[in-house]
Amino acid sequence: MEFNAMEASAKECLAYYQAKLDEEAWEAKKNGKLVCWSASVAPPEFCVAMDIAMVYPETHAAGAGARKASMDLLEVADEKGYNIDICSYARTNLGYMELLKQEAMTGQKPEKLANSKAAYVPLPDLVITCNNICNTLLKWYENLAKELNIPCIIIDVPFNHTMPVSRHNKEYIADQYRAAIKQLEEITGRAFDYDKFFAVQEQVQRSVFWWNKVATYAQRKPSPLNGFDLFNYMALIVCARARDYAEITFHKFADELEAKDAAGQYAFGAAENEKHRVTWEGIAVWTYLGATFKGLKNQGAVMTGSAYPGLWSLVYTPGDLESMAEAYTNVYINTCGPNRYEEFYKVVKNSKSDGIVLHLNRSCKLMGLLNNEGAEYVNAKLGVPYVSFDGDQTDPRVFTPAQYETRVQALTEMMDENQ
Amino acid sequence: MYTLGIDIGSASSKAVILKDGTDVVASAVVQVGTGTSGPGRVLEEVFKDVDLTQEDMDYTVATGYGRFSVENADKQLSEITCHAKGIFHLVPSARTIIDIGGQDAKAIQIDAKGNIQKFVMNDKCAAGTGRFLDVMSRVLEVPLDQMGKVHFQAKEWAQVSSTCTVFAESEVISQLSKGLPRESIVAGVHQSVASKACALAYRIGIRNDVVMCGGVAQNAGVVDAIEKELKQSIIVAPHPQITGALGAALMAYEELMKANK
Repeated sequence: MEFNAMEASAKECLAYYQAKLDEEAWEAKKNGKLVCWSASVAPPEFCVAMDIAMVYPETHAAGAGARKASMDLLEVADEKGYNIDICSYARTNLGYMELLKQEAMTGQKPEKLANSKAAYVPLPDLVITCNNICNTLLKWYENLAKELNIPCIIIDVPFNHTMPVSRHNKEYIADQYRAAIKQLEEITGRAFDYDKFFAVQEQVQRSVFWWNKVATYAQRKPSPLNGFDLFNYMALIVCARARDYAEITFHKFADELEAKDAAGQYAFGAAENEKHRVTWEGIAVWTYLGATFKGLKNQGAVMTGSAYPGLWSLVYTPGDLESMAEAYTNVYINTCGPNRYEEFYKVVKNSKSDGIVLHLNRSCKLMGLLNNEGAEYVNAKLGVPYVSFDGDQTDPRVFTPAQYETRVQALTEMMDENQ
Repeated sequence: MYTLGIDIGSASSKAVILKDGTDVVASAVVQVGTGTSGPGRVLEEVFKDVDLTQEDMDYTVATGYGRFSVENADKQLSEITCHAKGIFHLVPSARTIIDIGGQDAKAIQIDAKGNIQKFVMNDKCAAGTGRFLDVMSRVLEVPLDQMGKVHFQAKEWAQVSSTCTVFAESEVISQLSKGLPRESIVAGVHQSVASKACALAYRIGIRNDVVMCGGVAQNAGVVDAIEKELKQSIIVAPHPQITGALGAALMAYEELMKANK
């Protein structure tokens, strides 16, 4: 049946386009075109300009986690000898890659792959990675390239020890963009399509505009947007910002949220159901989305603040490589403490949050590293209480519902006291 | 007016009956926690010697891990709020609370009104909690309630350096087989618990008065180790194991007052 984007809801678009991206990857494989596995905040503009189909391991792993399918894949990684201290996105993906590799080598689908609820995606012909969000991505992708004997494009992004982003950092990154272009020309055997590149950059700007617009709805009080929904829609800003799928879906979502607000319909229905507003710091606990969402909902707490969507606020001037370089390096976890605390403070303030929930994510040391200091900074300025809980993005062995519920309940009692 | 506070933890069940928000008329502790016969038994215990039944309770608040499985509770509150409330009632000068229970350890900062400013709890690890002491007591063959006494016999304190309870057990076994005096190892075990508890306290900042509660506060050896670590004296809450249940009963009274306004 033909999909009618005009008539479909944002939710339907989200499901449709996510599936479509995977289908396109398979089509590409079938037609002898290239498939690239990419880090979530690596620039897709270069590959998409060269008509390469993009697949995103982090989103794939998150989806596997949400469908309770990550444990099987983690076990494959465990059996291969990958240490459980490694990020669970990496382990989930390396486990999945191992299964695909076995299938490719034997022509038979291994049982875990056949039974997996994770999305079925093809192996890559090249990988592109960027360490603007962490350094595990460097070794993870180098490992993929080595295991599969394929090229690896690396965009090495220095940490911003001071802000604003320095000139030499921008130049360094822009130079790597130029090197990536050369690398792609070698890999594809074609000249780089600069016209398409410019068009893709413009598309990315439109996608980012609508993504940022959607995120602003959570700043309204009461909020028509439940922040946990942003975790779901995030898939398209990651996987499709260089295409119009993200723009179409987010534009639709923004219109729906605007209509909800006008009709007095909010995240928990009636306005009075929003008893508290919280900022969630860190990645979602994909394997326990229901438990973490309900734990807050049962206390009447809407998640209105998150620094996470801002990772894809990749605003830059199309045609200007250094501007693009600045955008891809200026993600808050790639900046020094003072800048990071200030960004976190803005999130809490703008979302009008009365409490903060810190996800101490075992897989992501970079995101968890400054949790306490950031919360202390915000607490000192705004008097907003905070709690911390142990969890993991895709490894279900690291989260305990009872621990989470106790801390969220304690936070609610502190927020009640403040009111 | 009678209010009932019930604290069902991982290792023990506690109950307190409070009269008019001030007088503790009865309290009970049963050494088994959530999911066992503990919750039922502690209710029988607490009503045993008073001329009251559960029907006489005007409001009941349940707290602790097992708070949602208590029948007839009017409200459930977190143990953080309840411990803070209980301690502030007993020791109004308390500003830093260190609570070490069966599998949880926490540090809570309260203000001059008894309101919680911030708190931290142990992260995904029961080393430094009652469970750690249970294991060590068995290995050392010193009953839990004797550990405090034996601690003060030590001339020197052994080093128990393993972070993990299971590895620490091996470490202790190895020290025993090397002939280290039992009391030295007991003191070393207490020091290990103290360093973890104090690490939590340092994170929220030490403000006097520092008050300790929870079952482990009954161990004078751990208290001594904490005082040595913090280089200052601390107050042990009277009846430290029931401060959560007391706080729950106090909160129950507050709910009654709110409803009657």
